[in-house]
Amino acid sequence: MTDIQDYPFAAPAALEPPGEWAELRERCPVAHVRLASGDEALLLTRYDDVKELLSDARFTHHLVAEDAASITANESGGVFASGDGASVRGDAHREWRKLIGKAFTARRVSALQPGIEATARRLVDDMVERGGPADLVAALGFPLPVWVICELLGVPDSDRDRFAYWSDTLLSLTRYTQEEIDAAQAEFAAYMRDHVAARRATPGDDLISELITLVGALDGRVTEEVVLMTAKGLLVAGHETTANMIGKMVAMLLADRSRWERIVADPSLVRTAVEECLRYDANFGFGIPRYISEDVEIGGTTLAKGSTVVCSLSAANRDESAFEDAAGMDLTRSPNPHLIFGAGPYACLGQSLARTELQTVLKVLVERLPTLALAVPAADLRRREGLLVGGLERVPVTW
Amino acid sequence: MNVIVDAGKCCGAGQCVLLAPDVFDQNEDDGIVVLLDATPPEALRAAVREAAEVCPAAAITVEERP
Repeated sequence: MTDIQDYPFAAPAALEPPGEWAELRERCPVAHVRLASGDEALLLTRYDDVKELLSDARFTHHLVAEDAASITANESGGVFASGDGASVRGDAHREWRKLIGKAFTARRVSALQPGIEATARRLVDDMVERGGPADLVAALGFPLPVWVICELLGVPDSDRDRFAYWSDTLLSLTRYTQEEIDAAQAEFAAYMRDHVAARRATPGDDLISELITLVGALDGRVTEEVVLMTAKGLLVAGHETTANMIGKMVAMLLADRSRWERIVADPSLVRTAVEECLRYDANFGFGIPRYISEDVEIGGTTLAKGSTVVCSLSAANRDESAFEDAAGMDLTRSPNPHLIFGAGPYACLGQSLARTELQTVLKVLVERLPTLALAVPAADLRRREGLLVGGLERVPVTW
Repeated sequence: MNVIVDAGKCCGAGQCVLLAPDVFDQNEDDGIVVLLDATPPEALRAAVREAAEVCPAAAITVEERP
């Protein structure tokens, strides 16, 4: 296959994978693609290849080199092109990650679980009170992770609509203009600077207060800009991804209602069902880019220094050589070593939190609304377009 | 069963703690894995095997003994 295809691929239906994945895994595991910017990149679709490259600490997602591809249609190149404090690797990355890692240990996240559950119940009660059909994305998917992030950052959740908009602009592929993105980022930075100043004056028990203490104690090792960058990272990584996944998870389980009924009958399946939804998600979004700073061999092909590589996590998660009956959903699949949170030293820091949120949502929904059903045919669900993170515009449900 | 962890590889994802909290913990200071029980009892072994299989950093090794 020598012709260059446009990437991301057009997908047939909201919950279905593009046909290109299976084709490329089979015939062209290192494929040349053209991005929204017009730049070219290489696309990996096999499980082993994606895992190997992501696990290699030498390569990061920071596309700041002169010859790195630009991913987005707007000039700034999107969240992966930022030259901010997140552009750290090796030892510096490990130091930063340790600081943030404190906030996301499994036990700390478990301590957040009762609050997450109470909020999920309240949101479901509100939805039920307003009556069906309702849009699950608007009623639960988006508000819950914003509540969690606002809780972590110590900002009032009355500001959540602004956070949701800021997050959307950060993840824009083609959806917003450069002016809109710049304005939103300036607003967000100003908001967070004020918040940091307020917390400096009156510390709370939130992550920002804790980071400020660390900044003070470490003098120079962590700058205030890192606090801001971390807040931005939390918003991008912690809100949009989980919010979209809640809608997609429920849609996938309801698209074939026998899946839903199985979990209603046996709620102990919640954990493995969540993992399988994460693996099965055909609408994860762009994938994870890597800038190849030195030649490397992946799956028998040399990736040349200066290349930009896109790892399609979702294509890898459908690889038959890694998962038995990869094209089918198995709610009891275990172990389920899917790659949706990446792999290796830069794997998703917030994965315990994401898992806890998703498991809690599913548990609350099957308990509270066992009769939940899609209010439209699954084929009518629409993807949110033009963003780096995939999701569904609406998930209309009845109960 | 003998469990070995490589703290140098660990990325602090916490999957192992969610799966087998009696065998794995995370350091409060940095989220890096702490092994609580290198020879877990039979009842915990399936969860430990799963933790090793799904560890995103491949930081857990399980040696099965006859």
